[in-house]
Amino acid sequence: MHINFLKKRNRDRFNVEYVPSFPVLALICILCLYAPMVPLLFYSFNDSTLLTVWHGFSWQWYEAAWNNERVQEVTLRSLGLALQASVYSTILATMAALATTRVPKYRGQGLIYAVINQPIMVPEIVTAVALLIFFASIKAATGYQGTAYLVLAHTAFCIPFSYLPIRARLENMNLSLENAAADLYASPWRTFKRVTFPLLFPGILAGAMLAFVISLDDVVITEFVKTPGKDTLPTYMLGELRREVTPEINAISSVLFVVSILLVGMTFLISSKK
Amino acid sequence: MRQLKNSIIISSVAASMLFVSQSVSAAGELNIYNWGDYTSPELVTKFEETYNVTVTITDYDSNDTALAKVKAGGHGFDIAIPSANYMPIWISEGLLLKTRPDQMSNFKNVLPEWTNPDWDPGRHYSVPYQWGSVGMVVNTDVYSGDINTSAIAFDPPEELVGKINVAPEMGDIIGMALYYVGSEPCTDDKAALKKARDVLMAAKPKWVSMTYGIKEPFASGDIAASVYWNGDAMRTRQETPSVHYGYPKEGYVLWMDSVVVLKDAQNVENAKLFQNFMMEPESAAIASNFAMYANGIKGSSEFMLEILATAPEVQIPAEHLPNGRFIEMCSAEVNKLYSGIWTEMMK
Amino acid sequence: MDQNIQSVVEFPESKLERLKAKQRTIRNYFLSAPALIVLTIAASGPLFIMLFYSFLTADEWGGVVWQGSLQGWFEVFMRHDIFDGTLLPADAHLSIFWRSIKLSLVTTLLCIVFGFPTAYFIATRPRSQRSFWLFLVTVPFWTNLLIRTFAIMQILSHSGFVNKFLQSLGLIEEPLRLLYTETAVTIGMAYVYLPLMVLPLYATIERLDFSLLEAAYDLYASRLQVLRRVIIPLVKPGLVAGSILVFIPSIGAYVTPRLLGGGKSLMLGNLIELQFGQGRNWPLGAALSITLLVIVMVAMLFYVRSTSRSGVNHAH
Repeated sequence: MHINFLKKRNRDRFNVEYVPSFPVLALICILCLYAPMVPLLFYSFNDSTLLTVWHGFSWQWYEAAWNNERVQEVTLRSLGLALQASVYSTILATMAALATTRVPKYRGQGLIYAVINQPIMVPEIVTAVALLIFFASIKAATGYQGTAYLVLAHTAFCIPFSYLPIRARLENMNLSLENAAADLYASPWRTFKRVTFPLLFPGILAGAMLAFVISLDDVVITEFVKTPGKDTLPTYMLGELRREVTPEINAISSVLFVVSILLVGMTFLISSKK
Repeated sequence: MRQLKNSIIISSVAASMLFVSQSVSAAGELNIYNWGDYTSPELVTKFEETYNVTVTITDYDSNDTALAKVKAGGHGFDIAIPSANYMPIWISEGLLLKTRPDQMSNFKNVLPEWTNPDWDPGRHYSVPYQWGSVGMVVNTDVYSGDINTSAIAFDPPEELVGKINVAPEMGDIIGMALYYVGSEPCTDDKAALKKARDVLMAAKPKWVSMTYGIKEPFASGDIAASVYWNGDAMRTRQETPSVHYGYPKEGYVLWMDSVVVLKDAQNVENAKLFQNFMMEPESAAIASNFAMYANGIKGSSEFMLEILATAPEVQIPAEHLPNGRFIEMCSAEVNKLYSGIWTEMMK
Repeated sequence: MDQNIQSVVEFPESKLERLKAKQRTIRNYFLSAPALIVLTIAASGPLFIMLFYSFLTADEWGGVVWQGSLQGWFEVFMRHDIFDGTLLPADAHLSIFWRSIKLSLVTTLLCIVFGFPTAYFIATRPRSQRSFWLFLVTVPFWTNLLIRTFAIMQILSHSGFVNKFLQSLGLIEEPLRLLYTETAVTIGMAYVYLPLMVLPLYATIERLDFSLLEAAYDLYASRLQVLRRVIIPLVKPGLVAGSILVFIPSIGAYVTPRLLGGGKSLMLGNLIELQFGQGRNWPLGAALSITLLVIVMVAMLFYVRSTSRSGVNHAH
């Protein structure tokens, strides 16, 4: 990699990394990803209850969202839940990936792999109904009605989404650096911290981001697992879906979107200054 | 061995982090489990202030979800608001508390036609919340003929072909098709069911979608007719004035959602207060102004929004009244035929 | 190096080596234990409830009665004609299965066509900019799925952007029917599942040893040959992970087909949901989902085994 960077400077005319049509496809793809954001932002200023037909400019939906405590509450709960679930699932998935990738075969390895990936193999409704029955007995026995059920359920179904990118990254890493560290009498934890983790980090980041997105969008399992008062933005929207979705949600989503773009832009500026 | 120790530490820390949680205090509370986007925040505030109770709202998306969740137990809710056709199940499964709303102080406010419904004789369990109908929503700019017929959906006129949406409600739609072929919903008469199936199979290619939410596609022109709920028809008309609501003369479906107290409720007294509170004309009107349906409480119209009190979608015109009927819950056997027809239709 | 370690472990020469190997296996069990515990409690364990339910009798109002029955499994494959009772294969299930698999395959392909170049593009940015690009790709997905789906519906609708645009170009006179079609479902699903392809691919491409590409070019390989013979084999783990993550969840997709497809044709996810909801036939729902699980699991094990073997070959 590093050698390649040096070479690139010397051989400007021939870029090894270049693959024809890839940059164009990539830019098209990124543009398409942002395409739905345009109507989202646009119609959040619509002076009408419609999301699809323009009537004129107004701040009314921002005001409405500002005054709607319930919508704020469920949005914050969604974000908090996604954050917790992605952190937990990524930690668990990283450990599991280390235990199942680049290791000599051992008994139960296949089973572990199957269990880890099982949540993505059944439609959500099945896990949802099964969890409903299972958690109901716990709820009845303990009387506990907090968010732990949601955190647990979200962590579980996020695990494969964190695990697969991390595993894919690990598969392409060979053991030589880690073995060198071990040869120099570094403890396993030190080896992990100083060698494995930095090399693995892009995989971990990818896994955590996926888990975050997946948890944020979950409807069906949340609908069945949630305890009183623990609605998330998606389950709240499920109710609106049946009746009418107002641009209020557009307004709140637009704010979140702009804030996240600003955050990402800022990190870009900071990191490129370094 | 150190490896092992480290792994154990990591594992246990990770596992224990999962069970971090906060506890909730329980004094003067009420947990309401209601359809999403169906509970007025104003109503909640009014109840909280009047009785010094903290109300928690939780949403459900269908009768089946609500029933499954309450039946599983340990749900933690005090109040639910199921639909009329599901009510007999809630009662026979022993999920409800017999709170005797008929003996409550505000019961005198309930309109006479709602005091003794078939699904809860004598109102021993439930209090009316909202009621309405399922009918034909048609853009009369596109089709100007008679809209008071379910032929709009089952034998659509040329102008509407490929522009019809049908609500994905198995019971309501097959029930309506059975009315259309001159039979009754939940019949076990196989000849009638077969006719209904044939009607549905022939009509379905002429529909464009079977989904929820009609206001947007009417406004954008993606659909020009829909089988849908009356309240939504009224709200669609606010944006697209040429949209009108038809009451099929072959028969159309009525529904009512009612407030019930659950058997394993933690806050029974507050829940009873809420039932009584919902029979006050002003509270009922607040609920209607938010949900945009009629409520069944005498004297509530003076507190209601102007459009709601006069809308032909909400106040059923006298000539259409006799064609509206409540549908029952079909027996398991008939339901199986229903879902067979439904699956075949949507394969 | 990798290879040496493996052979040492597989054929321990001394007691010490054997002991080390054993310790390593124990370490592996402990490392995977927390994930397995969480999954057993909140995913796989409850699934056994479903397996059990598939052998019970459906209760009249949803749920099950505690009475053994094979009816659920029978109905997965066969049906009695509703009216004359003749025994027929469950063709509705078959066609729903097929539709789901077909749409999921197209979705996966679309995700590869757009996701691969995107991941490659990000992975070949200067190191300090990569996380910026990565975040740039994921930020749209922090917006709620339903909101994004509505935005896509707006773009595809009768008076939406695509139709307006084509009309202004004079390419079409009447608006095209885009919304509520299978095309809309595929576009929507590819959009929704794209990060599931990009992120694992990025994680592997980022690790790509570009000196290998250089070596190939030095041997007069063409651009296409390098892509096919060098890049793709090297990033295969990411491609496998991405395809699994896109293909399998899209078979069970529920919201997108309903909103963009108009819900007129059932997908597998909707069919199973119907059994737990309005259909009130939990044993059939349970049996259908276990059938799906078994098919997917077998296909996946087969797929992973065959690709990992070819991966090893390339490493040699």
